[in-house]
Amino acid sequence: MNAPRKSLFTPGPRTRARNRAEARFRAFALAAILAALAFLALLLAIIAHKGAPAFRQSYLTLTVDLPAEKLDPKGRRDPADLARVKTFKYAPLLDAALERALAEAGGENPFAKPKKLRALLSRGAPAQLRARVLAEPGLIGGRITLRFLASARLDGYLKGRVTRESLARERKFTPAHLDVADTLRAAGLLETRFNLAFLTGSDASESRPEAAGIGTAALGTLAMMLVVLALALPIGVAAALYLEEFAPGNRLTDLIEVNISNLAAVPSIVFGILGLALFIRFAGLPQSAPLVGGLVLTLMTLPRIIIPARAALRAVPPSIREAALGVGASRMQTVLHHVLPLALPGILTGTIIGMAQALGETAPLLLIGMIGFVATNPPATPAEALLAPNSAMPAQIYEWARRADPAWYERAWGGIILLIGFLLLMNLAAILLRRRFERRW
Amino acid sequence: MKNDSQDPKITAKNVNVWYGDNHAIKDVSVDISDRMVTAFIGPSGCGKSTFLRCINRMNDTIPTCRVEGDLRLDGEDIHDARVDPVELRARVGMVFQKPNPFPKSIYENVAYGPRIHGLARSRAELDEIVEKSLRRAALWDEVKDRLQAPGTGLSGGQQQRLCIARAVATGPEVLLMDEPASALDPIATAQIEELIDELGRSIAVVIVTHSMQQAARVSQRTAFFHLGNLVEYGETDQIFTNPADSRTEAYITGRIG
Ligand SMILES: Nc1ncnc2c1ncn2[C@@H]1O[C@H](COP(=O)(O)OP(=O)(O)OP(=O)(O)O)[C@@H](O)[C@H]1O
Ligand SMILES: [Mg+2]
Repeated sequence: MNAPRKSLFTPGPRTRARNRAEARFRAFALAAILAALAFLALLLAIIAHKGAPAFRQSYLTLTVDLPAEKLDPKGRRDPADLARVKTFKYAPLLDAALERALAEAGGENPFAKPKKLRALLSRGAPAQLRARVLAEPGLIGGRITLRFLASARLDGYLKGRVTRESLARERKFTPAHLDVADTLRAAGLLETRFNLAFLTGSDASESRPEAAGIGTAALGTLAMMLVVLALALPIGVAAALYLEEFAPGNRLTDLIEVNISNLAAVPSIVFGILGLALFIRFAGLPQSAPLVGGLVLTLMTLPRIIIPARAALRAVPPSIREAALGVGASRMQTVLHHVLPLALPGILTGTIIGMAQALGETAPLLLIGMIGFVATNPPATPAEALLAPNSAMPAQIYEWARRADPAWYERAWGGIILLIGFLLLMNLAAILLRRRFERRW
Repeated sequence: MKNDSQDPKITAKNVNVWYGDNHAIKDVSVDISDRMVTAFIGPSGCGKSTFLRCINRMNDTIPTCRVEGDLRLDGEDIHDARVDPVELRARVGMVFQKPNPFPKSIYENVAYGPRIHGLARSRAELDEIVEKSLRRAALWDEVKDRLQAPGTGLSGGQQQRLCIARAVATGPEVLLMDEPASALDPIATAQIEELIDELGRSIAVVIVTHSMQQAARVSQRTAFFHLGNLVEYGETDQIFTNPADSRTEAYITGRIG
């Protein structure tokens, strides 16, 4: 007897059970991805919210009188004489300028001493004015309109971080200052604008968060990354090529393989200690130098490049090697002409991901003195960029995050935005390189 | 036969091959003559490919593979320490069982060998070699308008002919062909057989095939392998009309295999 004829249009019970299982599995997978995306979105939203204010900064525009009797008592305009007038002599000029600006704006100084107004300005303002005068002594005797950084408190007020309530217990910066600020702002003398100095500037002393920038530390990071790229990529690829294509399959090779795998899992601070012992104590390289940081990060990154590079080489089908050997290519020709080009996308992706890890690495920098170093001068030459003491972006962020004033917090978050921006750029580069080199045949 | 009296091009004496513990070739001895086509036949897994790959030392690349015995090309031991396998493979070309074109253009696939061996002095000469090789492999008409297209984008049979073109482009003295026509239609097969016939007039050709008719058509000598043993080796006519061994007879009449 024939089995009853089944229709294609009605799936059997086994098929239906399989389809239900598949639907459940897909729902789980989708939920997992959505959860991951939600966390990521939350993280990015928090970072953007906290860090965005660092990219804007408040400035006061003041017209300052430069009386000759104060700045050049001898009246000779001799640079040596001018240089003898120190910064603190310039501060009262700013006080006066503030008082006059306030009066012109229709307000009056609520304080008995004009000096009290000074808290509105960055502590660096007198130095800025002095530098300007020394650069152009002809200004003496006249007046000059300059834009000065507002103090961190005032900046915080404009950004909503500082309120009258939060000032209740402060003595230097009081709600009365905020009244003055409101008046100046109404007169258009106080404004918030894009903070280029945050991107290009250097770290500032602990009392001037408004003047701090991450540019110099970013140069330190850049120098380190160049060292890592220049050393880790060729050494890593050569090592991977040797192990994968040439090494005899003996005990020694096995030992090397195990060691490389283990090195990839060694905590990064251990590499920091190694760097301290090897590069600074033994080789006598300078402390806090990006060159040393780059060398330490190279040691750390090497296994992280070798492992994916070997995986990429292993993924090249053996038939390609046979084809090349079969037409009489040498092993090196086989590797260079056929295997390496096919493995290149994977190798480059691995390299960039390894470098991205190195970019965010903080712990090893602690031991070689790149954390806590206040880099106030950007390096002038490439040699200086490598050898002069500097900090690095993650180290700078760490340093800012542990300073007391909440204004530093804002800087740290802003630095994190830049760091993530760099990471995204590197990952984008990885994707583009992949696309560029990946052959679809 | 046209050349009985000459020295053999390749001599194998007591060749044994192991893959780990698997004894794949057992004590095989053959002489392969120059200017002649030799066919290897036998059931799947009997070791035809393995033995073929011994001749150009391709088995060196398989870590588990161990080859013992005496193999000579023109009387010189190919396992001698002074022999550079790269040199050997340049002289002994190979078409693999599975088509394995380079993931490069059709042109590059054929030009690669001549280029690394410095066979062409100019671009024009190289173009000529490429065209001639593709014509001989009966592929030229199909690809002449898309030489820069990827070789891996060709059909299975076209890839097989591309690999043949690649192998003949270097002008080898010995050509080892592992089932070179397994994926070809009758017309392309006939063209490849014509090529084999033509090559067999000037060099030694060894061809592995599962088609008795093909072996009978193109070869002058035939070797029958069974379970790693060389069961019978002799004139093709002899093997097909009057085999000495019962296993050979069973195989060619389709009773084992
Ligand atoms: N790379 C390898 N590693 C391990 N064993 C292998 C390998 N290649 C072949 N063998 C074994 O060697 C024996 C002979 O294989 P071989 O490929 O030479 O057979 P063949 O005669 O070419 O068969 P076919 O006609 O199917 O191509 C088989 O038992 C196979 O399992
Ligand atoms: Mg085979």
